Amino acid sequence: MDISKEKLIEMYRGMLRIRHFEDRVKELFAAGEMPGFVHLYLGEEAVAVGSCSALNDDDYITSTHRGHGHILAKGGEMRCMMAELYGKATGYNKGKGGSMHIAWPELGILGANGIVSAGIPIATGAALSAKYQENDKVALCFFGDGAASEGTFHESVNIASAFDLPVVYVCENNMYGVGTRQSDVRNIEDIADRAVGYGIPGLVVDGNDVIAVFEAVSEAVKRARKGEGPTLIECKTYRWRTHFEGEPDTYRPPEEVEAWLKREPIAPYRKKLIEQGVITEEKAQEIEQSVLDELEEAVEFARTSPLPEPETALEDVWA
Amino acid sequence: MGVVQTGQDKSTGVKMREIFYNQALGEALAEEMRRDKNVVLWGIDIGPYGGANGVTKGLFEEFGPKRVIDMPIAELGYVGLGVGAAATGIRPVIELQFSDWITLPSEMIINQAAKMRYMFGGVLEMPLVIRAPIGAYLSAGAQHSNSFESMFSFVPGIKIVTPSTPCNAKGLLKSAIRDNNTVLFFEHKKLYGVKGHVPDEEYTIPLGEAEVVREGSDVTVVTYAYMRQFCQEAAKQLERDGISVEIIDLRTVDPLDQETFLNSVKKTHRLVVVQETWKDCSISSEVAAIAAEKALYYLDAPVIRVTAEDVPMPFSPVLEERVLPSVGKIVDAVNQVLERVPG
Repeated sequence: MDISKEKLIEMYRGMLRIRHFEDRVKELFAAGEMPGFVHLYLGEEAVAVGSCSALNDDDYITSTHRGHGHILAKGGEMRCMMAELYGKATGYNKGKGGSMHIAWPELGILGANGIVSAGIPIATGAALSAKYQENDKVALCFFGDGAASEGTFHESVNIASAFDLPVVYVCENNMYGVGTRQSDVRNIEDIADRAVGYGIPGLVVDGNDVIAVFEAVSEAVKRARKGEGPTLIECKTYRWRTHFEGEPDTYRPPEEVEAWLKREPIAPYRKKLIEQGVITEEKAQEIEQSVLDELEEAVEFARTSPLPEPETALEDVWA
Repeated sequence: MGVVQTGQDKSTGVKMREIFYNQALGEALAEEMRRDKNVVLWGIDIGPYGGANGVTKGLFEEFGPKRVIDMPIAELGYVGLGVGAAATGIRPVIELQFSDWITLPSEMIINQAAKMRYMFGGVLEMPLVIRAPIGAYLSAGAQHSNSFESMFSFVPGIKIVTPSTPCNAKGLLKSAIRDNNTVLFFEHKKLYGVKGHVPDEEYTIPLGEAEVVREGSDVTVVTYAYMRQFCQEAAKQLERDGISVEIIDLRTVDPLDQETFLNSVKKTHRLVVVQETWKDCSISSEVAAIAAEKALYYLDAPVIRVTAEDVPMPFSPVLEERVLPSVGKIVDAVNQVLERVPG
């Protein structure tokens, strides 16, 4: 697949934005600067970036409780996200959503979601809506290996396949649902095999290879836009951190974590871009610096933004 | 286009015709679909089959499979699709074949549809209508006789409509479809085959407005849905004994039209609440609590509630009758509330 130089560079920048954002959130959360809980996306950057890079700006995504990466990859601004994590009035959702509930329809982001698997029918409904309105949009649904065991998965994929809806199901298989190894609680190795049961294509992709993800999702998006229906793409990946920040890692063998840390997605990609002459070492550093600058500005913005007026807690229930 | 504020008997001067409740609902759907191409229906057996209660009869033929969509038996899935579709520019009106099954997609209603606008700081709207038949009196047993309006009334972000007549059904459904919030529209199974007058002209009935069905001076009876008929029959019987009953049909149980029933209570000083389903933490509890909060010193007697007994619905007709409200139980309650004069 021929990928433009701009796209290759954008994907590098996209992964770095997630990596640095999440690293910083980790520190800020540990320092007690943020209320609530955070679920970090570290290690899975290639899935969000490879997937969203295959979408148009007005295509839809639904996200999960581990959603920061998806929202950044779909074009979310760091400052509005960071402010939301701080519970500030200037956040994407005025401090009402927080880490698990960020949405911004202007960018097609129909919401991170605190309920495992709930985004699956929502994305499918957005696809039905797009097909009905004939607006050529595609919905991409991020969900985890745990969500693939929920009833919503079956009900939604069945409907999408019956009606050839323009939706791409991207399963981020990071192997664990909270503290349970998901392969212990299902009887197949690859979740993608379930596609057979719906009569749709299902494929397994290296979720730490941004190009592989981009190519697979691009193909699925093309198929969806042509009216040929949904595709199930299973991206094998790993979350570096525990389920949520502060949870002790009692359930994963240290050597497994070590092995996946070595397989991290950004450094080899950067090396490849330099080797192939797509960017120079200097350019790569320049990009990284611009990401760090954006992040600093975002943290400053979040810290100095006003808290919401308490009375605004009573607004926005009704249209 | 007129706005009908009161029911079929009071719209004097308006040209009326008599149709069934299910036809009235079907007319509301057809009119709104003609008016707005973004209104799309889905559910089970609503296409060529015409819907289990005949509400969507003829709509598939008029609007085709793109707008009248038969779904697999997957309530969680197709209601969930409604949430995603409503958030992205269309106005789904979903039929659940029985409201008893609303437990299955309740995640999508409670944690998603009802909360999304708020959680996301108002950046999207949720013009979603879920129609579902409620009610007992059919020996349908414990899993096909439920009325779950009270359960959902607990949750912020959902409007709940319980139409009692063909006129109300049509006017309220049209308003529900035009509303940009999630609306649960609970139709009563015993009413589908009931006839009533509806205006010839197009009309809507606003959500959140109760109807004074019958004016009276001795006691206020607050009710909704199918129980309206029982209350009317009870009022007729009581009238023979010289008791004047005022009946308030809530029509929309969430938001509640407090003003209408509080004004009535302030006039009659006695309140009976009649509701078909279980008593605990129900609409009847809410009405009684509001009366206590806002009109306690107007009351000359404790509030009495006529509701179902707190048991699952039994099958055998004699058992079902024992559990459910009846005209006789309402008459008894009114007599009781009138006897309880303090001092």
